Amino acid sequence: MSEEKLIFEKSAPGRRATTFPALDVPAPAGEDWLPKEARRGLALGLPEVSEQDLVRHYTRLSQRNIGIDTQIYPLGSCTMKYNPKVNEDLAGRDGFRNIHPLQPDDTVQGALRVLWEMERWLSEISGMPAICLQPSAGAQGELTALLVCKAYHDSRGRRPRKVLVPDSSHGTNPASAAYCGYTVETVKSLPNGTVDLEDLKPRITEDVACLMMTNPNTVGIFEKDISLIAGWMHAVDAQLYYDGANLNAICAVARPGDMGCDMMHFNVHKTFSTPHGGGGPGAGPIGVKEHLRPFLPVPRVRRTEQGVFSLDEGEPKSIGRVRHFTGNFGILLRGLVYLKSFGGDGLPEIARRAVLNANYLLALLKGRFHATYGDRCMHEFVLSVSDQKKRKGVGALDYAKRMADYGYHAPTIYFPLIVPEALMLEPVETEAKETLDELAAVLAKIDGEDPALLHAAPVNTPVGRLDEVGAARNPVLRWKPKA
Amino acid sequence: MPFEHPYLPQTPADQSAMLAAIGVADIADLFKSIPAELRLKGRLDLPDHLTEMELKDEFQAIGGANLSTGKLDNYLGAGAYEHYSPSAVRHLLNRSEFYTSYTPYQPEMTQGVLQALFEYQSCVCALTGMEVSNASLYEGGHALAEACLMAHARTGRNRLVLSAGVHPESLQVLRTYTRNLDTEIVVAPLGADGRSDLAAVKALLDSSTAALVLANPNFFGVIEDAAPFAEAAHAVGALFIMSVEPVSLALLKSPGECGADIACGEGQSLGIPLSYGGPYLGFIAAKMELVRQMPGRICGQTKDNRGQRAFVLTLQTREQHIRREKANSNICTNQTLLALAATIYLGAVGPQGLKEVASQGAHKAHYLAGELAKIAGVKVRYSGAWFSEFTLDLGRDAGPVLKAMQAKGILAGVPLSRYYPGREREILVAVTEVKKKAKLDRYVAALREVL
Repeated sequence: MSEEKLIFEKSAPGRRATTFPALDVPAPAGEDWLPKEARRGLALGLPEVSEQDLVRHYTRLSQRNIGIDTQIYPLGSCTMKYNPKVNEDLAGRDGFRNIHPLQPDDTVQGALRVLWEMERWLSEISGMPAICLQPSAGAQGELTALLVCKAYHDSRGRRPRKVLVPDSSHGTNPASAAYCGYTVETVKSLPNGTVDLEDLKPRITEDVACLMMTNPNTVGIFEKDISLIAGWMHAVDAQLYYDGANLNAICAVARPGDMGCDMMHFNVHKTFSTPHGGGGPGAGPIGVKEHLRPFLPVPRVRRTEQGVFSLDEGEPKSIGRVRHFTGNFGILLRGLVYLKSFGGDGLPEIARRAVLNANYLLALLKGRFHATYGDRCMHEFVLSVSDQKKRKGVGALDYAKRMADYGYHAPTIYFPLIVPEALMLEPVETEAKETLDELAAVLAKIDGEDPALLHAAPVNTPVGRLDEVGAARNPVLRWKPKA
Repeated sequence: MPFEHPYLPQTPADQSAMLAAIGVADIADLFKSIPAELRLKGRLDLPDHLTEMELKDEFQAIGGANLSTGKLDNYLGAGAYEHYSPSAVRHLLNRSEFYTSYTPYQPEMTQGVLQALFEYQSCVCALTGMEVSNASLYEGGHALAEACLMAHARTGRNRLVLSAGVHPESLQVLRTYTRNLDTEIVVAPLGADGRSDLAAVKALLDSSTAALVLANPNFFGVIEDAAPFAEAAHAVGALFIMSVEPVSLALLKSPGECGADIACGEGQSLGIPLSYGGPYLGFIAAKMELVRQMPGRICGQTKDNRGQRAFVLTLQTREQHIRREKANSNICTNQTLLALAATIYLGAVGPQGLKEVASQGAHKAHYLAGELAKIAGVKVRYSGAWFSEFTLDLGRDAGPVLKAMQAKGILAGVPLSRYYPGREREILVAVTEVKKKAKLDRYVAALREVL
């Protein structure tokens, strides 16, 4: 396939894809309203194309991209499940799409009801009594919860400095903790993938603010000692954070609140099916226990006994806002539609099918690939091709690239960092048995192929392997007109 | 009865076959690693599931309880604006190869999103006159906070001087983001004309200042003369940050021309629906020398092994998935689809169209303000030049006036008392290209009646 020109390279002066009605008010005399020193001198270097040029260009770009609608997307820890169409239809309705965030509360009762109901659903699912919907993504949820944690300790006159994270954790955990001014300490994992309690226990001191755990963890194993760990944490008034990235495995089967976790974030764009958009938008609501409620961001959604909703900015201990307005409303709305489509009767079936699919795929693959953490998992599992790397010189990256030749997106590779040559697969509940059979067959086929094919891969994609080192060494980060 | 659901494909026969392959009798056996006392005994206290038909009825009713811009004539702005978005924008965004895709970690399969991000970064640089843009941030308030953190990291200094013309919610976000850092936030007052006061700002700048932040147009709609502020910031070795409104950049001097080191802002104006506040688009752009301090994803151009031009996420050694606690930000998921929306919008309107959007908004706003100022007791608050949003002094408590206007089907403006206790008489009025003269005249007539 040939290169696709940039939209700028398709531009011709004078073309346009939109025209506007003539100005129907008297224009001010001259341009006096705009002082000379404030006027733009620089040419506005935007593309000039017809409507068909525009539509064809981005349609063609879309054809150089894959999504869940085109194939299985088994990225571990990313929960790439089907994005229901009804969610898009409803979020696109005038009553949701065309409302301004600063409209008076009495003109947006429907929107406030969506937020209020979403809080109730997330609260019941998580066992966390208080929910804040404001954070824009999981990482902002982490940061928000850690700021809440800090405010809590401050309120008790304590200044613990450390946040503990397991060595299998997502990179956002330590990054969020550092953002919040904490020192990060890494806790070791056992060979079975769970947190090493002997390494953890002596680290839990008065100087620890929080431990961030993902459960099931990033290798797909449930941390069965989580309640015990919670007890240790609470004995020194430290907080236990639940990273909700893997909530899909236990949603409506077990609750972070019941495990003793004090705070958590949800990834609405993972667990609750909202489209990932090629890298956002997401939504990262947080849930906290009662003792942390006063510190949550404002505004808070209120409901009177008469069923009237309002926004309330008045919380003296609040950490403040983490963004403008009330959050990624359009995403939260889609999430609520999804939750209601399953209901209290159907929600547990999501985790059941996700875990069934993961174990089935693991059963198909474990004979050929080294299953790092045994033959049972929750919603995802990790394979290692370090043996293949030693024997044949083909690593996780080569498998990933070769999968593309067969039309499959790769699993997550080289994560978690504790597993060499890791392939991390999360098949999610929306994939059919036949799709998993085909995926396993392709992986087995690749495993038997000449290493040269893997090293050369991909050959069937619009572009081959990229010079990533060159991209970083000589950064070209924008198009520029030829001088 | 097996639970049937359109998003779950495993038939009872599939499940039996899969369980046999796994070697367990029941799905429940797969959850045994969760201690029994942690497994929920009964069902959650949530209503039963709804079918697609039922969902449509339910959410039709909920959405119907909102009074959208089609039902109320809307003059609210303050960081979110009602613009016209061409049909092609929504159609192209609905290409599900885009919206159901993940962050492009496997570039060979995701050149579409990557090329669009490269085009987005190019558009942001073109608009702002800056040298490098990232691939998006969450929204405008977040972008301003990240810009300040960049300056803090770059200079190693702690003082952040912000003009009082910065959006009050951005200031709140910055305060939250810096709660636990050793930064000091100082706000410089505006002059009587509504512009930032250069002398007052200079008095606050010193050798501990990391950045000076100016908004243009500022929160009150007033156009700043930014260049002298850039000189003042640079004179003390601080960075100069401008928070800008992208449509206004079609006419207003770009941050690059003003001497800014970092430009940031809210990109919602570029074809993104109001959606009650989100998802929106934060943008950030800078001088090339600051690229290593830039947060979030950045897309770069390279070549593939066939010699073709191709695109890839690059400079990743700044990021959390590589550097963990040493990363320069914690950003993972950002706002790619909204960056794509803005790029398509800019392609749809082009340079001429964007100038028309900007100038029509400005002209219509000036017409409205001129007519309103003819009403006794009503005046435009600031004498400084302004763009398409203006601060109106109603000469009396705005609360009852806004309520009465709402009863006439008009959301007349954002009450300033929302952010500034004591400013009960003033409202912020935003006008864009979508307003016809007849509507503006109706606003004037309605306010006459109300007052």
